[in-house]
Amino acid sequence: MVSNNLTIVPAATVTDYQVPLLAGMALAAALVAPFVVYPIFLMNVLCFALFACAFNLLMGFAGILSFGHAAFFGGAAYVSAHCAKELGLPAELSLVAGMASGAILGAVFGWVAIRRQGIYFGMITMGLAQIVYFIALQAQFTGGEDGIQGVPRRSMLPFINLENDRTMYFFVLVVFLLGFVAILRTVNSPFGHLLKAIRENEPRAASLGYDVDRFKFLAFVLSATLSGLAGALKAIAFQLATLTDVEFFMSGEVVLMTLIGGVGTIIGPIVGAGILIAMQTYLAEFGTWVKAVQGAIFIICVLAFRKGLIGEFAALMERRAKRAGR
Amino acid sequence: MIPILNIPTDVLLGQLLLGLINGSFYAILSLGLSVIFGLLNIINFTHGAQYMMGAFVSWMLLTYFGIGYWPALLISPVVVGITGVILERFILRRIYDIDHIYGFLLTYGVALVIESIFRGQYGVSGQPYRAPALLSGVIDLDFMVLPIYRLWVVAASIAVCAGTWLIIEKTRLGSYLRAATERPVLVRAFGVNVPRMIMITYGFGVALAAFAGVLAAPLYQVSSIMGSNLMVVVFAVVVIGGMGSIGGSIVAGFGLGILEGLTKVFYPPGSNLVVFVAMILILTLRPAGLFGKAR
Repeated sequence: MVSNNLTIVPAATVTDYQVPLLAGMALAAALVAPFVVYPIFLMNVLCFALFACAFNLLMGFAGILSFGHAAFFGGAAYVSAHCAKELGLPAELSLVAGMASGAILGAVFGWVAIRRQGIYFGMITMGLAQIVYFIALQAQFTGGEDGIQGVPRRSMLPFINLENDRTMYFFVLVVFLLGFVAILRTVNSPFGHLLKAIRENEPRAASLGYDVDRFKFLAFVLSATLSGLAGALKAIAFQLATLTDVEFFMSGEVVLMTLIGGVGTIIGPIVGAGILIAMQTYLAEFGTWVKAVQGAIFIICVLAFRKGLIGEFAALMERRAKRAGR
Repeated sequence: MIPILNIPTDVLLGQLLLGLINGSFYAILSLGLSVIFGLLNIINFTHGAQYMMGAFVSWMLLTYFGIGYWPALLISPVVVGITGVILERFILRRIYDIDHIYGFLLTYGVALVIESIFRGQYGVSGQPYRAPALLSGVIDLDFMVLPIYRLWVVAASIAVCAGTWLIIEKTRLGSYLRAATERPVLVRAFGVNVPRMIMITYGFGVALAAFAGVLAAPLYQVSSIMGSNLMVVVFAVVVIGGMGSIGGSIVAGFGLGILEGLTKVFYPPGSNLVVFVAMILILTLRPAGLFGKAR
């Protein structure tokens, strides 16, 4: 029985000197972007890009499918919104609190779900996330259907005025980059390589003496923590935490973002988040049909583009490089 | 009237019946999932949407063609079952040899498309659907009042579950099915058309979901979102019962429905959560589910 056999893209095909170049270009684009594009839209993309990258750390590098990541994202959004609004904490500390809530929830989910593999893991995390959803729906501090609104944007540092959208954008960009670097660092660490080994062949990794469940658990908690950071960031940037963030549909959305961009690629989830958020922003007038289109993209991705956009592109470049080499 | 733990007996029995009804739907839906999973190795995420379609088709039959409940009980599962067969033949068949996770994602995508189409056409508000005259009304049992339709739902679902169990465990067709679940290649070598069997099995599982949808139509409002929330609960039921176990789905379905009903009596806010809490407990004690085999 196959358990972990996702279509994963081979290692990056860009050559070493190209990486800093491309990263520099991307960074330059990110710095110029808020003067060209609506900063609110960009913040939305960055928050979801961080969420998708955190999810990809689990699905792409550890080969684990979670269908309950909305719980970490939305749960942390509530926690940080509560901290910022009711407890009067500055944005930075609220983010830390949200992250911590993601870590704790992740530890609980991981402890329960790690007993089963593959598809069961997805179903169990889905059930656990539903508990968080119902708590968010019924608890006092979450504000029920209204959510928590009017969350203040207040930085610890007096010279940063987060009330300004552009300043807020750069704040979001910095947090995103911190999270992204943490993921990069994890993926390229010995721990990251071990995760890939588990993904490729779990029994073999276990037979080599690694405590497979412990590493999977750690990957899960790490992914939940960073998803929490993304959710907290979104709550601060948009001054709002609602049921939408914790809903079951959000868990599916992050899977789709990762799948469109490319499971197991470094920048795929960012691209996927950008595409999906752009679709939701600019096709909003079509209402419910956007979800139909998303569903159709899901189907097409699974049937024809399992490597995702970045993955297919990388595979194409590799084929060309091979042909040129011959 | 003897109160039990300060709860009047009629309230307790009323909630038990409601729990049994929810359990009927859980049982039929998780049974369909198990049948499909057994042969296709796919967790059919579209199941909730197909349940919704079952209810909608019977509503359409009544609204557009004036065809009532009894014919709909047969026509609707057949129609939705055929859409299932088409889905299997042209889409699902392509992904059998890749990781099961993709089947899950693919059927999730199909569910999104179907639900959005129905939402686009009919909105999220429910359409009322009346129970047939024969099944309306109540039986007054002196200590409590029993709506006939609810009794019918429980009876019909027990009959369908028992019938499915008998077909799979006791008939020749069922023995082919079980054999193909274990060793598809070998069964194929004996001259059984396994791909066709898979197609029919999927259609049958989908028809079960649609049947549950027709049963649900007079009880709940027929709406585009009626399946999606139910689905998450049914997945938990399946995890508890043990995936692929026919008996397990039926027992877990009814059992959890009753548990939910009882929770509504003793601790109402917990009734939404109790199934998931039960899932956590079962997983810590028996990771493979109550009736599942560890694999």
